[in-house]
Amino acid sequence: MSRVESRGLILAHFWVAFLAFVAAALLGLYQVSERSGLFPALESNHLYFQSVSTHGVLMGFVLTTFFAMGFGYYCAIESLKRPLWSPGLAWTGFWVALVGTVLAAVALLGGQASILYTFYPPLQASPLFYLGATLLVVGSWFWCLEMVMTMRAWKQEHPGEPVPLAMFGNAVNGTLWFVTSLGVALEVLFQLLPWSLGLKETVDVGLARTLFSWTLHAIVYFWLFPAYIALYTLVPRAAGGRLFSDEVARIALIMLLVFGVPIGFHHLYMDPFQAAGWKFLHMTGTFMVAVPSFLTAFTVTASLELAGRLRGGKGLFGWIAALPWTNPIVLAGILALLLLSVGGFGGLINASYSMNSLVHNTQWVTGHFHLIFAGTTVIMYFGIAYHVWPRLTGRALFSEKLARIQLWSWAIGMVVLTFPWHALGLQGQPRRISTTPYDTPLVETWQINEVLMIVGGIILFVSAVLLVVNLAASHATRDSGAGAESFAAPVQPLLRLPTVLNGVGFWFWVLVIYMVVSYGYPIGQFFVLDTHGAFPWSI
Amino acid sequence: MHVDPLERKWAILSVTLMVLSMVVLGFYALEANIRPPSNVETIDSTRLHLTEEFAEDNLGVKTAADGAVHVTMVAARYGFFPRTVTVPQGVPVTIRIASADVLHGLHAPGTNFNTMVVPGYVSQLTVTFPRTGEFPVMCNEFCGLGHDYMWSRLKVVPKDQFRASLKEEVRHEQG
Repeated sequence: MSRVESRGLILAHFWVAFLAFVAAALLGLYQVSERSGLFPALESNHLYFQSVSTHGVLMGFVLTTFFAMGFGYYCAIESLKRPLWSPGLAWTGFWVALVGTVLAAVALLGGQASILYTFYPPLQASPLFYLGATLLVVGSWFWCLEMVMTMRAWKQEHPGEPVPLAMFGNAVNGTLWFVTSLGVALEVLFQLLPWSLGLKETVDVGLARTLFSWTLHAIVYFWLFPAYIALYTLVPRAAGGRLFSDEVARIALIMLLVFGVPIGFHHLYMDPFQAAGWKFLHMTGTFMVAVPSFLTAFTVTASLELAGRLRGGKGLFGWIAALPWTNPIVLAGILALLLLSVGGFGGLINASYSMNSLVHNTQWVTGHFHLIFAGTTVIMYFGIAYHVWPRLTGRALFSEKLARIQLWSWAIGMVVLTFPWHALGLQGQPRRISTTPYDTPLVETWQINEVLMIVGGIILFVSAVLLVVNLAASHATRDSGAGAESFAAPVQPLLRLPTVLNGVGFWFWVLVIYMVVSYGYPIGQFFVLDTHGAFPWSI
Repeated sequence: MHVDPLERKWAILSVTLMVLSMVVLGFYALEANIRPPSNVETIDSTRLHLTEEFAEDNLGVKTAADGAVHVTMVAARYGFFPRTVTVPQGVPVTIRIASADVLHGLHAPGTNFNTMVVPGYVSQLTVTFPRTGEFPVMCNEFCGLGHDYMWSRLKVVPKDQFRASLKEEVRHEQG
């Protein structure tokens, strides 16, 4: 498959992602309106939880998975200047994932899967939903294989040469996602599917939640990787500079792989079925996994400073004004870094072994992950889309100005939405509620924030529509004349790299050992505990 | 391999900051006994009413001979039982709670009283309430369409008032 032929594959992935996104954004607007209680006509707990479930699955599973896959193919083809290892397999993965998405959507829209995106048993969905979710994940495994094998094929053709960072990052992400998704895959295959089909009467909820926690944290790194890779390899060049350090970027990505998965128990701090020592062990890893984000913030900011100074910026802050703020991917990168630093701070509070009890399952958590997910990750997806669209369609972007308006409105909307949510969480509002019928003075302190979040929701939905309209219109504009992608070159040219920074094999095994240590006993205990007839495992 | 000296310093600083955070959190977990519920104790959720501890008559607040305060609760669609719990201010209170059906969570805002209630397991936590007042205890894990309406009350009262209220209750029962 040549570069031209691969464009269809990549665009197909991006379009599924963004169509799911705009539908989910509309549901989001409905949810803030319904939840506020200001519009009695909208009130319906039935519809609300159906909507939240669909919103979560579309944003968290569909948008992200399809975008990460498409972006991986783009990076592989553009950075290696060679075809994929097996284009047929890539298309197979796409169709399997799409069929899975459709099956899950049928269950969700039919009201047969209103169990939220975390689908915690003993709430039960129709088997169709579990099957669809499984197929979506299985489809993405084709991509994981494609990333690792394409990199391997290139290395065989170029012995001893450093793999381009964009490809290396995607191969790390492919490995990360494969290991990460095994937790939920085990839960669905051995617990939820047999139980929802009626083959088993009960499931062990403790084991189910433990397996889900295996996936629940590192899945965010699977989403985040395309954003970080773009910050390292696309943004510095678009800003007119170079990448400050290629090696440190690799170290950061590898740290995300190794520390990202074996730390899921910070989602289970408040759960009674895991002992304190395991929770503390997982907390240490959770704090360590903040380090690569600190490194990324430094390296990317340093790269931007370099670009600003090359463009004539002077003084301590003059380089910031000298940056090309009008370039969509640079603008997205700056906004993403700003929102990441706020959201990351909140994350450290959530990760805190003792402080977690003040915020667990409050609206604070929703505020936190919207900042990191929508504010950092998804805004980079937009930036990437604006950057690659002219190269994929061969046509110029319909309107760069519209793109800038869209990015600014998204960032502002996200602040207007999530800052009130953080406040509501600290004021004790639970996260997963459709109304606030509590007879307590506390509820009155929530009102102003309930109004603000609707304003945020409106801005965000308008922004989402602007994105899709701009991208769609860009298929029918003048010839862009955009050539091949050129990724940011490092300040210090890479001549030789230690083998461990040029491949994923070694780190995969480090991760496996770490996983056995941190999840071995906590999972094993469910097979020895007397769980009173709740089946831990069934085939 | 090339790592800029400035970047090296930044990396060392980041790791130090994180390790320091863990030490502080670890210290307070041990020193102030602020820990999440982690008792790993199973129970048959379908037969709660047949156990001694979680039978309806035994739910509520009890004071042991040594003055320790224990609270036993059941979470079931859609309420926490007993509906109102009164505890003393400034005294460690040990709370044990089990679910009779699905997953629930409960949280009294502004306090460390926050736990998941998982069917098949008993949650136990020890909380010291520093402030008096009435707190809502709200279900914070989606448990079905009645989830929004699942809440109860926690009253934190001064120690002497708590002792008086217990005596009152005993008299009431004897009468």
